[in-house]
Amino acid sequence: MIGRLLLYAFLLLATLFFLLPVYLVVLTALKEPAKITLDTVWQWPDPVYWESFRIAWEAFRPKFQNSLVLAVSATLLSAMVGALNGYVLAKWPFRGSNLLFALMLFGMFIPYQSILIPLFQFVKAIGLYGTLFGLILVHVVYGIPIVTLIFKNYYSEIPDELVEAARIDGAGFFGVFRHVILPLSAPAFVVVAIWQFTQIWNEFLFAVTLTRPESQPITVALAQLAGGEAVKWNLPMAGAILAALPTLLVYIFLGRYFLRGLLAGSVKG
Amino acid sequence: MRKWLLAMGVVLGLSALAQTGKLEIFSWWAGDEGPALEALIRLYKQKYPNVEVINATVTGGAGVNAKAVLKTRMLGGDPPDSFQVHAGMELIGTWVVANRMEDLTGLFRQEGWLQAFPKGLIDLISYKGGIWSVPVNIHRSNVMWYIPAKLREWGVNPPRTWAEFLSICQTLKGKGLQAPLALGENWTQQHLWESVALALLGPDGWSNLWNGKLKFTDPKAVAVWETFGKVLDCANKDAAGLSWQQAVDRVVAGQAAFNIMGDWAAGYMATTLKLRPGTDFAWAPSPGTSGVFMMLSDSFGLPKGAKNRQNALNWLRLVGSKEGQDVFNPLKGSIAARLDSDPAKYNAYGQAAMRDWKSNRIVGSLVHGAVAPESFMSQFGTVMEIFLQGRNPQAAANAAQAIADQVGLGR
Amino acid sequence: MRDRITAFLVLLPSLVAVAIFVYGFIGQNLWVSLTDWGKNPAQALALRPELRFVGLDNYRELFTGFVDMRFRQSAVNLIFFTLFFMAGSLGLGLLLAIALDRGPRGEGFFRTVFLFPMALSFVVTGTIWRWLLQPQGGVNVLPTLFGLPPLAFPWLTTRQQALVFDWNLLPFYTALVVGLVLLYVAWRAHREGERGRRFWSLLSGGVLLLWAFTLGRSTQLLPYPEPHGFSLALVGVILAAVWQMSGYTMALYLAGLRGIPVEVLEAAKVDGASEWQTYRHVILPLLAPITLSAMIVLGHIALKIFDLIFAMAGLDYAPTDVPAIYMYLLAFRGNQFAKGAAIGILLLLLVAVVVIPYLASQLRKEVRR
Repeated sequence: MIGRLLLYAFLLLATLFFLLPVYLVVLTALKEPAKITLDTVWQWPDPVYWESFRIAWEAFRPKFQNSLVLAVSATLLSAMVGALNGYVLAKWPFRGSNLLFALMLFGMFIPYQSILIPLFQFVKAIGLYGTLFGLILVHVVYGIPIVTLIFKNYYSEIPDELVEAARIDGAGFFGVFRHVILPLSAPAFVVVAIWQFTQIWNEFLFAVTLTRPESQPITVALAQLAGGEAVKWNLPMAGAILAALPTLLVYIFLGRYFLRGLLAGSVKG
Repeated sequence: MRKWLLAMGVVLGLSALAQTGKLEIFSWWAGDEGPALEALIRLYKQKYPNVEVINATVTGGAGVNAKAVLKTRMLGGDPPDSFQVHAGMELIGTWVVANRMEDLTGLFRQEGWLQAFPKGLIDLISYKGGIWSVPVNIHRSNVMWYIPAKLREWGVNPPRTWAEFLSICQTLKGKGLQAPLALGENWTQQHLWESVALALLGPDGWSNLWNGKLKFTDPKAVAVWETFGKVLDCANKDAAGLSWQQAVDRVVAGQAAFNIMGDWAAGYMATTLKLRPGTDFAWAPSPGTSGVFMMLSDSFGLPKGAKNRQNALNWLRLVGSKEGQDVFNPLKGSIAARLDSDPAKYNAYGQAAMRDWKSNRIVGSLVHGAVAPESFMSQFGTVMEIFLQGRNPQAAANAAQAIADQVGLGR
Repeated sequence: MRDRITAFLVLLPSLVAVAIFVYGFIGQNLWVSLTDWGKNPAQALALRPELRFVGLDNYRELFTGFVDMRFRQSAVNLIFFTLFFMAGSLGLGLLLAIALDRGPRGEGFFRTVFLFPMALSFVVTGTIWRWLLQPQGGVNVLPTLFGLPPLAFPWLTTRQQALVFDWNLLPFYTALVVGLVLLYVAWRAHREGERGRRFWSLLSGGVLLLWAFTLGRSTQLLPYPEPHGFSLALVGVILAAVWQMSGYTMALYLAGLRGIPVEVLEAAKVDGASEWQTYRHVILPLLAPITLSAMIVLGHIALKIFDLIFAMAGLDYAPTDVPAIYMYLLAFRGNQFAKGAAIGILLLLLVAVVVIPYLASQLRKEVRR
């Protein structure tokens, strides 16, 4: 009985630890700037001040759109690339393909600081510096290892007999992919889409180095707002909520797949 | 004759109307410093209504964030049409030596600016026979701010030397004021250092530091760090978390007695906080620097490869004009760089600064890019860290000298 | 056969992209790190800079040049951050997983709550915690809600350090630790009767220790003592990072706990093991592989940490500096591209030491399968 009580006490404490920050964020975002003072930090605002969201939305809307375009298109592209790569590696292995795959996987782990300067020069040289296209390209390329990994693992579970049967029926490389593999791929696509979407939406380092103000995603805008002369904390808080919303929604509605992506991201947990 | 003038006017007007396209101006004037720039942009739009002006600002005091963004853009071969840069070595040592700027001597001749700006300022923006940017304002770095009513309450006078400052600091601490000096994030600490150094070295010593005649390891220069350490002990411990405005707020709220900050603080207090200069808040040269004006100047240059060169040239014309400077500076809290501006347009602080600008001994600021190239400046932050970490004056002095040797200061 | 060629051709673009973007860029970065790009201002920002080869100068300066004290502090910070962040996330994650495994009511709700910060970006987390940890902000005022006095800890702005040591003694400490480890290896070899291994580890350990206590103590990297230690300003950053990542370790551990066969637990019970003993001797050892992969992932996140600190403390604040931040600052603000590249390479080496053995073992397992 006491054990049970302790268990719930611990869970309650942990819940507070995880949720109190959220509470404070919402509360601060809903406060008039002048009323954000030290002794009333934790008090619910009265009256509620929705203005922050309007101002933050106005300031962030173009960046929000950038993030959306960036995350959606890069996710779609990298899911397609990943499906094909995974299919090749799982069903058409060739001599040395395992080694190549391992070399590819290493790309998932490199600290991006170690390629930042050449990457910057490269993107500039091909004329994509400061554009969303440049950022999309970069995300697709550095996403190759993880998406290939997820699809390869998934396709390895599909029995080879299915592939063989289709081949005997005369299907070629793409035929097998279209008629056998693709129809079975929905779960993998969902996992990859969610994983890539959250990763790209939340990414910061590439975004801050490779974009200019018009093509900035929301993470960069938020960091600059909060890191600048923001004396009024309601705006960064409202901005943080806006920046977090899409990935949070994904998490709330597709939590199951989200978790699966997470575990896949940890290299076959 | 009048007809001819009219025709001339129409033609000029038409050509202004005919000017189309975009103009992108890059600066770090956002938030409280924004209105002055916006006023200048409005004026530009009146003159060239068909030009779309993109006001690209990156926040962060003294341009700490903006400089990184500008650098990536310039490296990326994507220069803004015109960008804010501190007049002096910051412009020359970074951009002019790298051959990224256009020479503006022609523009200066054409507009008669060689006479309109003080000679010393023209020298500061000249290098290898060219003139490289258009100064829009003059700020003063060595100013100490306080609230007269509060000082009366505590029964102290503004200190005239750092020794006096330290004794007043003890008095105030005795009265329960924990941190008599309000200090902000990283660069404001360097800003404080330059006022201490100017006081201890004097204007000649200060200038000699930058032309290489005085070494950082000279006992006189090492002593600057010792005094600086004592001054820091009078400041708030949470400095790193405050912007310069929040540090000023501390003084206004009576949580601190003094703040050493450039005179953009006057703009902040007068424009944003709506305080009256001279009565609600007051100022004095930072301790030990009376009669010396440590200047810095914001300027705009024309990068090579600007996409809208003609629009940018028109922008520079406006920035350097009397009209433009008198619209911009009263709002910014600075004074005009030109000699012919109208004192009536400025508040009490601005008028005082104008008098000092004409009568004082002029030296350049380190932190705000006038006297040392950026390669020195950006590493000076590390010197500050070395000092703050170990509080060892000799170590800081050695590091500063090492950097000076490395970048070839004074060569 | 044609299909095999098609398959290879389909894979080829990705291979080429990875070859360029990963291996090619690493190579180029290595080259940049061996040049003087940034030393000469006239070349630093030129449209086509001319670079000169300078060998390992940049690396030498980072470790022993007195101007680069910030790099050394950032390296020390990184080590402490990594250790405490991993310990915190693993510990809290394990506790949460055990609690949830005991089948409390509303388990789904709790799981959702503990995991949601994973969906946020580090920038959002950083912004939130920056506000919470303001000197007179949320966390410090929290106790007053329960009638307690407010905290006064200046979370992100303190300059205090714990566990301070002098950088000049680094060779000494390194040799000491490595030497002791080698002695331990020798002792193990002795017990297992491996004479060759015993000899070599004893010899090298002995030499190292001898060096440490003689020359090692007097090796001066710098002309004067340079204190470095665990900056307490990092405590807040670690707190935020644990807040964000412990849900992830919880999910891993929970999956592991659920995967333990009931028979094993039954057997432990039959043997008369108490609950505590079951955890200590049965469950935790079974979770060891999960701990290992979680450590790899967390360690790798810690080594790359950039956005969280950028959002919480900015670029300019040395007490919360890590090499990733300092690299960005040096290269893109200070124009010191070569030195920035050198830091990038050092980070890469650090990550490679952790990841390559892991990848290799995974690959071997794969092949065996």
